[in-house]
Amino acid sequence: MSKKIIEDRVEFTKDMMDYTILAPNMLEIHFNLLINIFGQYGYKTELLKNDGRTVIDEGLKYVHNDTCYPALLVIGQLIDALNTGKYNPDKTALLITQSGGGCRASNYIHLLRKALKKAGYPQVPVISLNLSGLEKNSGFKIRLSMALKMLSAVIYGDLIMLLKNQVEPYEVNKGDAERLTQKWIEDLSAEMQKGKGYSFFEIKKNLPKITESFSKIPLDKSISKTKVGVVGEIYVKYSPLANNHLEEFLFGQDCEVMVPGLLGFINFKVDNRLEDIKLYGGNPFKKIAMRIAMWYLSKVEKNLLDAASAYGDFNVPAPYAHIKEICTKIIGPGCKMGEGWLLTAEMMELIESGYGNIVCAQPFGCLPNHIVGKGMIRKLKEMYPQSNIVPIDYDPGATKVNQENRIKLMLAIAKENSGCTGDCSCCSNHH
Amino acid sequence: MRIGMDVGSTTLKCVAIDDNNNIVYKAYERHYSKIAEKSAAMLSEIITKHPQFEKSSLTVSGSAGMGFATALGLEFVQEVYATRVSVSRLLPGTDAVIELGGEDAKILFFTGGVEVRMNGSCAGGTGAFIDQMASLLGVDPTQMNTLAESHEKIYSIASRCGVFAKSDIQPLLNQGARKNDIAASIFTAVVNQTVAGLSQGRKIEGNVVYLGGPLYFLSELRKAFDKGLGVTGTCPENGLYFVALGAAYSSEGTVLDMKEVKEKIANAKESGEYLGATPLFADEKEYKEFAVRHAKNTVATDVKIQKGEEVYIGIDAGSTTVKAAVINKNGEIVTSRYMPNSGDPVSLIKNFLVEFYEEFPDAVVASSAVTGYGEDIIKNAFAVDFGLVETVAHFTAAKKFKPDVDFIIDIGGQDIKCFKIRNNAIDNIFLNEACSSGCGSFLQTFAAAWGYGIEQFSKLGLFADRPVDLGSRCTVFMNSSVKQAQKDGATIENISAGLSISVVKNALYKVIRASSADELGKNIVVQGGTFLNDAVLRAFEQEIGRDVVRPAISGIMGAYGAALYSMERATSKSTLISAKELESFEHKVKAVTCGKCSNNCRLTVNTFSSGRSFIGGNRCSKPLAKANTNAGDNMFDYKRELLSKYAPVKGKRPTIGLPMGLNMFELLPFWHTFFTQLGFGIALSEKSTRELYVSGQHTIPSDTVCYPAKLLHGHIESLLAQKVENIFYPCMTYNLNEDLGDNHYNCPVVAYYPEVIRSNVGDLKKINFMWDYVGLHRPKDFAKKIHGILCEHFSGISKSEVKAAADKAYTEYNSFMNRIHVKGMEYIEKAKKADRPVIVLCGRPYHLDEEINHGIDKLICECGATVITEDSVSPLVEKFPTTVLNQWTYHSRLYAAAKYVAKANDKDLNIVQLVSFGCGVDAITTDEMRTILEKDGKIYTQIKIDEISNPGAVKIRLRSLFAATGR
Repeated sequence: MSKKIIEDRVEFTKDMMDYTILAPNMLEIHFNLLINIFGQYGYKTELLKNDGRTVIDEGLKYVHNDTCYPALLVIGQLIDALNTGKYNPDKTALLITQSGGGCRASNYIHLLRKALKKAGYPQVPVISLNLSGLEKNSGFKIRLSMALKMLSAVIYGDLIMLLKNQVEPYEVNKGDAERLTQKWIEDLSAEMQKGKGYSFFEIKKNLPKITESFSKIPLDKSISKTKVGVVGEIYVKYSPLANNHLEEFLFGQDCEVMVPGLLGFINFKVDNRLEDIKLYGGNPFKKIAMRIAMWYLSKVEKNLLDAASAYGDFNVPAPYAHIKEICTKIIGPGCKMGEGWLLTAEMMELIESGYGNIVCAQPFGCLPNHIVGKGMIRKLKEMYPQSNIVPIDYDPGATKVNQENRIKLMLAIAKENSGCTGDCSCCSNHH
Repeated sequence: MRIGMDVGSTTLKCVAIDDNNNIVYKAYERHYSKIAEKSAAMLSEIITKHPQFEKSSLTVSGSAGMGFATALGLEFVQEVYATRVSVSRLLPGTDAVIELGGEDAKILFFTGGVEVRMNGSCAGGTGAFIDQMASLLGVDPTQMNTLAESHEKIYSIASRCGVFAKSDIQPLLNQGARKNDIAASIFTAVVNQTVAGLSQGRKIEGNVVYLGGPLYFLSELRKAFDKGLGVTGTCPENGLYFVALGAAYSSEGTVLDMKEVKEKIANAKESGEYLGATPLFADEKEYKEFAVRHAKNTVATDVKIQKGEEVYIGIDAGSTTVKAAVINKNGEIVTSRYMPNSGDPVSLIKNFLVEFYEEFPDAVVASSAVTGYGEDIIKNAFAVDFGLVETVAHFTAAKKFKPDVDFIIDIGGQDIKCFKIRNNAIDNIFLNEACSSGCGSFLQTFAAAWGYGIEQFSKLGLFADRPVDLGSRCTVFMNSSVKQAQKDGATIENISAGLSISVVKNALYKVIRASSADELGKNIVVQGGTFLNDAVLRAFEQEIGRDVVRPAISGIMGAYGAALYSMERATSKSTLISAKELESFEHKVKAVTCGKCSNNCRLTVNTFSSGRSFIGGNRCSKPLAKANTNAGDNMFDYKRELLSKYAPVKGKRPTIGLPMGLNMFELLPFWHTFFTQLGFGIALSEKSTRELYVSGQHTIPSDTVCYPAKLLHGHIESLLAQKVENIFYPCMTYNLNEDLGDNHYNCPVVAYYPEVIRSNVGDLKKINFMWDYVGLHRPKDFAKKIHGILCEHFSGISKSEVKAAADKAYTEYNSFMNRIHVKGMEYIEKAKKADRPVIVLCGRPYHLDEEINHGIDKLICECGATVITEDSVSPLVEKFPTTVLNQWTYHSRLYAAAKYVAKANDKDLNIVQLVSFGCGVDAITTDEMRTILEKDGKIYTQIKIDEISNPGAVKIRLRSLFAATGR
């Protein structure tokens, strides 16, 4: 690839260490761990929690209205926060993830910069957090220890989320799972503050303890719950701001919710580079480097999955290698933009592990989702006749009532299907 | 004893069944959003008439019932599910059900795997859509059904959403198409919408049952479905009550005291908190000041005229209203009209002229001009002296009120037009795209729903204490938002104010894409009928934080401007039809199909008494029987001609089918050469047509994807129909690298559409469909990789053969691209010599497809301009910094072309960008294109296209663009 040339931008320099860095909140557990880690390296980071109409209004005002909803929300939320006057715009920076790749999401950061200029905050630097080396900032360097801590936050976050989701709907004392989650965020952050808890072996040691603690929460399993999986565009899938508090709604409808974690996405992103070389040819050294990265990630993943099954009776997702294998039955592994084939694979994995009732959440008009989400439902229905997938579009215009009505239809069918005990052909090929 | 209640978006249905499942009571009525009141009344009626139901179960269903059912803890069943329950019970042997409701469309499949489908959040083709279309025709749905009974032909009407359809129907009406044909076309559009949106790869066949209000009441709609699906569907007894019945059947049997329940429902207050905005006016005093300020911007009206005094007539035949103004030499108004366009502008103008001649026998008409969508037909019908584009008309009128005006915004019935004025010329034009309505007719629709006139309705909002914050969104979405607000306890006053605010927000943020008042201008004139409503005007001033000028004659500014224009250009005597000629005026309309080219345009031929005639619906000048000698060169034609040389051939190896859609429009030279070199035969899908699209629409899984992608389904069907055994349509993450950007991706849809095709077109299983991932961006690796792929499908192909074929293919592709560049340069030179304007018509390679571009290239040429393409100039530009990530090959060419035009310093060289509706990537490119062009003072023009285009809107843009460049 040739050298990047993008118009001037405000860089985050070393003199800006006293700035407050604002970041959008996508995944509560993971991101709370992450900002604590940033804090340990001297970056004063805050997760944005502002919600509501003004966020959407600012987004509509400063971003092209046909741009995807996540861009509109993230940018709206950041500008809304600056508008509150709570932050000094001369001492504030913004942090945004940049996934890279052929999806228009790679452009969020540029749209954000355009929006900041329009909104009268041209001085605010925007930091790109990416896996692809897209942009660099002299004042924001991710050292190796920080990178490892960040990866550990993803692993811890994934496990805690997995367990919490399976415990919360059944807990006898409401709030147990949430309290335990907060405790773990504090404990793990404190441990990392001391320079511990993030090496391969320390993580391996910590993970089962987390499972053990969750397995001790008293549950009432006599309540029957509908098992629902949630997949979709990454931001809409995770962020309650974007999906109109989907999880909360599903809890209210007596559901147990399974949301695939973030590690799979990281695996997918790294693996894509390997796939590219395989499909189109490329640098053999890069190939080796990526192989090593994949090998390391698979070890890390194994620790996570082993830990999840160490105590209690938790549903443990299949490893990345497995879901990639099953999904190539219906979609090519070269399909990599946005969530790519991973989204289809996650639906298959959910169906195979008993979460065949699925909400596929995407921004209205999401390009990759035309292919990997809505485009694959027909095929999935053929392969798994009992699968029950409802695609839901999110955008500033969609109303909650409309979305909930469609989800309710999916739930009504789920209830009817729940006569299915897992012996039928569609459920029998459990891994 | 069970009661089932179906609270839909517009109607309320209720059944009561006894223990033997006999229907004892049923009722159906519109609820006008007074849900609690009407439901309680219905329950009350049941127990009065049938006291045995005082103790009964009650199950609620329907989207609008969800709220109160939850609040009161009543049993609730999702409505599609309820339908399923009742159909299984009452109509065993049903294969599929199509149910249309007020705002929903559903399909249920019973055999071959039970499936239920419901339209997404953006979809028309429902009862509300039919209502809207009927009101556009000035009839009610039942009358529309009667009209459709005697139709002769079907027009293509966009079926995606009501807003689109409106912009298709309006021009048809203005061209004089028969209402009977339009009515039938609307029903066909509903069918297409339902099939394209909901069948998603499943054929609807066998025993089909039609349910829901629209299908129950409208026999022609059922016929349209029968025809579209090739079935004979049935509409069962009690077809209106299947949801309510299903609800009753699904009851868990909890017996309640209906008297109590009734009371509870009547008193149910929905949880009721909505987001409020600032009131429009704090008090009466503030309103008075506002009113006094605006009262100053006025012009004398009803002025008397002397015998023999010269007057000037201006007519604005707009999309939803027709306006006329007669002025004297001083620009004072003698008389004026503001009439709803009930689909027949010709007779409206005729009546106006008759009345005018009667009322002012002393006046001498010195000149006349007409503007608006109906310009052509009116000009021909009445021999009007001049025709002018709306933007010029509005500018002329605005200048009269504010000579230093620098920004004009006009919100009419159907469109929003805004433009900046620079150096006393129209500079930058913004028009609303077909998808973001939010104009006058939007307010009107809501006003009518509550039984108000628009003026009355908007006045309600003036002193609303807490206007509902509805945001800015399209009408279809707004319906549900308004309903939500009602449920949350918003008063009609606050909803009215909220809607006015939303019209303004829509114009500012969606159409103009402005973020501050300074972007607009300092001297703003607002006009158009919608601004006559003080609530809208106030909301506009509030939103931009600046006072603006609203002429008192805001509603007729187009006509007034036309009158002024005609006065400026008046010569000796007006050609306008005289009072005498009017007496024998006749207007006949005939619908015919033009056979002069493969487009087969559906024409409406209007003939008028004096022998004048007008033909509408044509995409080119052929049917007009006069050759256009002034047309410029057309690069689109040249490219199509180049492509036509890569024709189907037979070979010694098997034949490979190539679908002619999306990126194949550019890569055909490559693949054709590659395969023929290897000895394969080539088959191509047919040229795109509407019929080709329809043939594939049942396999489209996502109805919000762009039209070029949807068309691909038809191309695959076309290849299958040719009985090809191999289809090659590869996935391509990357495109060729032209070194114009930071990367060279395809957009996700172009890159991976083969995956969609593979998963959704069932018949492909019977043949060899090659969808492999291929990378042309690495020529060295390509030969090796493609060899591997071919070997999986065919035997006996050697590496060296493939290498040689690949080399030839790259050479052919490069020379194809080079020919385009060379020809482009030649055309530019030629245009310069002939003093012709040049338009770089930018888009994607597949915009060459006439079914996609709707002949816009030809339209531009016929305006006397030369059309070239982005890829003919992009090789002249070096990579340069952009403010967005420049990573898609096709889009890098757009930026390069914009740069080329911006730097050329030639006022006759301009850009028009074609944007397919739903193209997510263009949300990014359009803003960037504008930025690049405006930096060097160039005008950016964008044309949105979809299944259907609106040539009227396209013409306004083009004519305004030429007017701005002094042509």
